[in-house]
Amino acid sequence: MENVERLKEICKDVRADIVRMTNAAGSGHPGGSLSAVEAMVVLYGNVMNHRPSEPSWPGRDRFFLSKGHACPVVYATMARTGYFPVDELVTLRKLGTRLQGHPSCMTLPGIEVSSGSLGQGLSVANGFALSAKIDRKPYRAFCLLGDGELQEGQIWEAMMTAAHYKLDNVCAIVDYNGLQIDGEIEKVMGLAPLEEKWRSFNWHVIECDGHDVEQVLAAYEESRQTQGKPSVIIMKTVKGKGISFMENVAGWHGKPCNQEEMKQALEEIYGKGI
Amino acid sequence: MSMKMLPTRDGYGHGLIELGAMNPNVIVLDADLAKSTRSDWFQAKYPDRFFDIGIAEQDMIGTAAGLALGGKIPFATTYAVFVAGRAWDQVRTTVCYSKLNVKIAGAHGGISAGGDGATHQSLEDIAVMRVLPNMTVIIPCDANEAKKATIAVSKIDGPCYLRFAREATPVFTEESDPFEIGKAIVLRPGKDVTIIAAGPLVYEALLAHDQLAAEGIAARVINMHTIKPLDEATVLKAARDTGAIVTIDEAQMAGGLGSAVAEFLVSHFPIPVERIGINDTFLECGLPEELAVKYQLKAKDLASAAKKAVARKVVCRSDG
Repeated sequence: MENVERLKEICKDVRADIVRMTNAAGSGHPGGSLSAVEAMVVLYGNVMNHRPSEPSWPGRDRFFLSKGHACPVVYATMARTGYFPVDELVTLRKLGTRLQGHPSCMTLPGIEVSSGSLGQGLSVANGFALSAKIDRKPYRAFCLLGDGELQEGQIWEAMMTAAHYKLDNVCAIVDYNGLQIDGEIEKVMGLAPLEEKWRSFNWHVIECDGHDVEQVLAAYEESRQTQGKPSVIIMKTVKGKGISFMENVAGWHGKPCNQEEMKQALEEIYGKGI
Repeated sequence: MSMKMLPTRDGYGHGLIELGAMNPNVIVLDADLAKSTRSDWFQAKYPDRFFDIGIAEQDMIGTAAGLALGGKIPFATTYAVFVAGRAWDQVRTTVCYSKLNVKIAGAHGGISAGGDGATHQSLEDIAVMRVLPNMTVIIPCDANEAKKATIAVSKIDGPCYLRFAREATPVFTEESDPFEIGKAIVLRPGKDVTIIAAGPLVYEALLAHDQLAAEGIAARVINMHTIKPLDEATVLKAARDTGAIVTIDEAQMAGGLGSAVAEFLVSHFPIPVERIGINDTFLECGLPEELAVKYQLKAKDLASAAKKAVARKVVCRSDG
């Protein structure tokens, strides 16, 4: 368990890692990684019951990254919480790396399932949660979803399944940054009113500022205490959060910083004089 | 002669019931077709281990993947045409790329859904499942073999696709016959030509054998129940021994069993291969038997293909 100040420090490191590793790769998805930093750091730092030095420990809670393109934030969070050396992050997307451009459970211990084709993670989380219910095990399934990803029909199938089987050990997290590749979600294919939609599917809906560590902690706690139905934390976030020129610009969905942009980005994250 | 007739889906149902007793980790999922697929037989005995996911094949495959991650052996069950079509990306990316221990049962495969028409006739499932890395593909030839295959896939780790049929077909194997995944069964030992078949069409191959025998042609008959991994040793031996091969697919020929055999032989032992099956077309509604006649999936079609293959063998020789 980390204190709030320490979590905030890790968030800075993870943001910097995302910028550095996508820069080193020359490709990748920084925008939707930066928006999910607090969601991931709080989850891995304080919420999940897991053992980074023993990634396949059977008693662990499971995390499923449904929006697979946001793997930079997952890799960085894993490295910063002890799964593998931070130095390895710059191998992202390079030939022979364990850090595939979309996550592969065949290469990196700690990745539960391979993902990258959107819309599939919540079903997997449900299936795992169902196995835990059958075995009367206490472990939980967390699933990070993109907001644009919610346009995939399978998500809504999975929403029905989780509620139907009362999978209160499922916690979905929506990174609600409001942007997708082609622009603003409400212009491309509207999702609003998102909270009401989840609620009408019989989920317990928790809303929070996805960049406020205290709020994110409280949201996970509320999810943990929710009984009889699955819960979703809709985290209001900013795509590209923490780097002024990337914030709320859809163009940074799948484009890394160049050297100069990276220098500015790191200065903004850590303050001048690094 | 009164041959016992049962659909291979019944073998699946019996296999599941046996697995339910044998292995508490076996879980069965269905997508609102439990009565048709026979997964309701398992449901009746093991209701706590049966989950209907509703009409949501993609979600069913994902749920099965999660169950496998939790140490379960899920059998995701629906019509072949839906699981192989609508849920293919889920099978590819979530199940096969992650090499998860998910068993997929495709019912009403091939032309057995005859009256439902082209939408429900699963003719592409073999090709699209076979092309996936890590996937095992099996078509049991009768209800006995279907039961054995169902039990066998539970004992290997990794994704498996099983195709079953709706229609009752002859039960011509014994319960005591051996069944091993990836190990073809030579049913007749002929030396002039080899017929390789899978699924209920194996019975047509046996009938073709008898027709050919009456004309003095000794056909070897191979039950290639496992399409992938292909039993290459048995194919190679048949090619060497008989010099000509006929395959039959109750599926699109592109990518089916005939493709698998031809792909192997062209690199290892190129000899005349005659393939019959569905040739790049959607079918129509009709009784499965009527469709089999119209689209030339009968013993007589196999017999004429065999004669063609034998004739080509002679031509090849004289050319050589």
